Amino acid sequence: MDLHPIDAEPTAGEREAVDLVLGPPESGWRGGEWRPEVDGHVAFGGRAERERRHLLLPALQALQERAGWITRGGLGYVCRRLAVPPAEAYGVASFYGLLSTEPRPPRVAHVCDDLACRTAGALELAAELERLVGPEGATESGSAWLRSPCLGRCERAPAALFEQSGADSYQWSVAPVTAEQVRAILAGEPWEGPAPSDGAPQTEDLGARAGLRLLRRVGLVDPGSLDDYRANGGYAALRRAVELGPEGVIREVKDSGLLGRGGAAFPTGVKWEAVARQPVRPHYVVCNADESEPGTFKDRVILENDPFSVVEALTIAGFATGAERGFVYLRGEYPLAHRRLVRAIEAAGARGFLGEDVMGEGFRFDIEVRRGAGAYIAGEETALFNSIEGRRPEPRNKPPFPVTHGLFGKPTGINNVETLVNVLEILRIGGPAFAGIGTPESTGTRLFCVSGCVQRPGVYEVECGTRLRDLLGLAGGVRAGHELRAILLGGAAGAFVGPDALDLELSFEMARSAGVTLGSGVVMVFDETVDLGDVVLRIARFFRDESCGQCVPCRVGTVRQEEALHRLAAGREIGSREQELRLLSEIAQVMRDASICGLGQTAASAVQSALQRFQLFDGRSS
Amino acid sequence: MSVPVPLDPPRRLVELEVDGRPVRVPEGSTILEACRSEGIETPTLCFLDTLTPVNVCRVCVVEVEGSRVLAPACSRRVEPGMKVRTDSDRVRTSRRMVLELLASSVDLSLASPDVGRWMRDYGAEPERYGPPAPAAEAGERDARRAGHHEEPVDGLAATVAQPVKVDNELYVRDYSRCILCYKCVEACGVEAQNTFAIAVAGRGFDARISTEFAVPLTESACVYCGNCIGVCPTGALMFKSEHDLRRQGNWDESRQRVVETICPYCGVGCHVELHVQDDEIVKVTSPLDHDITSGHLCIKGRFGYQFTQRRAPVGASPDPGGPPEHAG
Ligand SMILES: Cc1cc2nc3c(=O)[nH]c(=O)nc-3n(C[C@H](O)[C@H](O)[C@H](O)COP(=O)(O)O)c2cc1C
Ligand code: SF4
Ligand code: FES
Repeated sequence: MDLHPIDAEPTAGEREAVDLVLGPPESGWRGGEWRPEVDGHVAFGGRAERERRHLLLPALQALQERAGWITRGGLGYVCRRLAVPPAEAYGVASFYGLLSTEPRPPRVAHVCDDLACRTAGALELAAELERLVGPEGATESGSAWLRSPCLGRCERAPAALFEQSGADSYQWSVAPVTAEQVRAILAGEPWEGPAPSDGAPQTEDLGARAGLRLLRRVGLVDPGSLDDYRANGGYAALRRAVELGPEGVIREVKDSGLLGRGGAAFPTGVKWEAVARQPVRPHYVVCNADESEPGTFKDRVILENDPFSVVEALTIAGFATGAERGFVYLRGEYPLAHRRLVRAIEAAGARGFLGEDVMGEGFRFDIEVRRGAGAYIAGEETALFNSIEGRRPEPRNKPPFPVTHGLFGKPTGINNVETLVNVLEILRIGGPAFAGIGTPESTGTRLFCVSGCVQRPGVYEVECGTRLRDLLGLAGGVRAGHELRAILLGGAAGAFVGPDALDLELSFEMARSAGVTLGSGVVMVFDETVDLGDVVLRIARFFRDESCGQCVPCRVGTVRQEEALHRLAAGREIGSREQELRLLSEIAQVMRDASICGLGQTAASAVQSALQRFQLFDGRSS
Repeated sequence: MSVPVPLDPPRRLVELEVDGRPVRVPEGSTILEACRSEGIETPTLCFLDTLTPVNVCRVCVVEVEGSRVLAPACSRRVEPGMKVRTDSDRVRTSRRMVLELLASSVDLSLASPDVGRWMRDYGAEPERYGPPAPAAEAGERDARRAGHHEEPVDGLAATVAQPVKVDNELYVRDYSRCILCYKCVEACGVEAQNTFAIAVAGRGFDARISTEFAVPLTESACVYCGNCIGVCPTGALMFKSEHDLRRQGNWDESRQRVVETICPYCGVGCHVELHVQDDEIVKVTSPLDHDITSGHLCIKGRFGYQFTQRRAPVGASPDPGGPPEHAG
């Protein structure tokens, strides 16, 4: 490979930002100072650099945070440092919503206009911002606001994420947020934020608290204190794991009947066993903390309030599957969780809970955190591997599966945050006891993200099999004086149900037989004030925006689906309404049947369920 | 101790069932190969025998018993006892829809005649998505922000239509015809040229083949081997000579001859096919199944033919268009 460099130099700041990620350049060949007496006599093939390609995304993020966008000079420098062809690096950079390959001002507000925030006035907020600040994307004022998909703060909607670039770059979210606050922050004025909350209302009530397993430490411990974590049961599970040995841990997890909480409900013990048995080395474990399904915020609540639990659980996963290196792939829109998780990993490492000799027990384990950069698809496990590897996060074809060909092509165990944290509970009470919680097929407790038109939105932990009605009861039911109209179960990739579904038992098997999915635990409630047609259009827009673009059914199907829904909404059908509905169902079929990954396969499910269940876009009430 | 090592150890045969018929193919074969061995035609767009399958177009999907979704025949390997259906309603619907969705958004008029035939056979009706939206301005699609788009409130069907990129004298890029089959990226990268001048950029419907920051090819890593042209299935990548003749209305394959010869430049001995119209070379290809080239050439074999046409002017020029490098 003969790299063609970009003909532009980085600024001193860009160079510094990249060097902080990659270390100083080793030679003049790689963007360092040219020393003729050394560099003039050696040539570098670039192999060592290419092995560090997994640092491409972190380096691009460093550029974005320093300059506010990815400049030619900056990208060119990263390419020289890592021996990556500029066209490929540009292909990666231009994929992510939080990276910009066009100039962007130093201060940017990402204002959520997704489902839950819409029920809390996000559209009105956007309209007011247009008056106060200017149109979306306008940069004259030296700052800009942009509409964003769900930011994972639905319990305190409406939400916004702020980014300040420069030498002292910083990201933070504000929820609930007002248009006036967005304006003030963009203008650099002092502003008052809302009081912090942990997002899990059950933790505020002593009675409810007693029954919590996954949320047991949320709101109780200082998320920055390892001592606090240990004083509240932390690291007892890893201790137990070491007693049991890797096979013993896997036996407990299998006995527990734990199914993955990331959406696909795969048995965790089976996955771990498959990885552990692979003769190929090394093995990896990955914690999927990308959480970008609209309406999902459960993993954030754990990561922000009990980060050590994720560190401990991933360490156990590594121990059980024979992996010495673990990655947490964290949603880019979760700056607070990032800071707390990084601090927890440092603290754990400093006290021997990570590193060469974990707890003096003779095994090695380290964790690296990688941040996403604004791409829902990067949560799909194989797209996530590509993202870490510094490639475009396009899903891979399966088979082969991650247990044999995962991260860097090696056997990999990948699990959702909530799945992993369940393992702490399994080791605390034992696999068989865990299996006694919930229903026979859906063991344990689950975190549900209740949002929308309820009294007390938030993450709720209930036993699997709890009735939907009782879950909503915990959240105080529908807002006072209003009436339940629809519930979105499982997020944008899930399905709508009506008030007739309140007796549904929230277990995998009952959901399956009712033809719905619990997905990532989204329970979004809509009352009669919400325009469901508008909700459906927003979902269609989401999938069009988030398709990776690799396969035709999803790349074009999501566009045609959105267009047909807009024609219906505007009463400009091609042919008749029936014809449009038939077209939509054929688009749904090809997306479901022929798409490469779960995004395309579910891109029509919520839309179809809404069209079938509610009289939408028929000129009458919608 | 010399034991002969078989270069190609015999592969075990795998038995499966395709459309109810028993089929035996060597282990490691794909479903597509199994279908071919039975003479079952399978439409493909992103597949090419000389490249690693990327299975993105999804027009080749088949039904595999026991599988929740359809499987891409081009890349799914056969397994013993597999039961495959290539002509069920589900398969036909997906193939028709893939063709329809593509044809409604991309100009397929220069794709192989097979595509038109499949569209008819499967009953694709690309018109039913509404009138096409006007073409994008030059550079507009290259600057789209990932994860954002204008709401489709105008009742028009979005397409990838945009002006042709003409930035050098050798070949043009007409991305209105691009189906994103990834073949050019593969050919430019590890599968042939190892130049990496182009990659997929952006995402979703705005995904596109691009150089870094969409710079012209002349500022990119492009070495003008033209191997991307050789693998492009839709005429999106084209010799500038062909593009110019087509624009003038003078492209006429019935007046063309294909002269097979060996590239005169180096000792590799690549087999080249000179496409000659009115005594002028109008494009150069190499056969995909040629064991030296696999269809790939370098800039000299692909574009270095002008010297053969440097004739001393004798009276009036016989060629109204002039030699290709001056055309257009
Ligand atoms: C489009 C798409 C997005 C996904 N996003 C996530 C995510 O953000 N977090 C997650 O845990 N799983 C996500 N998944 C599921 C993962 O692919 C994978 O199944 C999961 O991480 C496995 O973990 P589990 O076995 O613990 O559930 C997503 C899947 C798809 C198709
Ligand atoms: S289904 Fe969509 S997101 Fe998944 S690979 Fe295909 S285009 Fe990409
Ligand atoms: S944060 Fe707005 S919908 Fe979730």
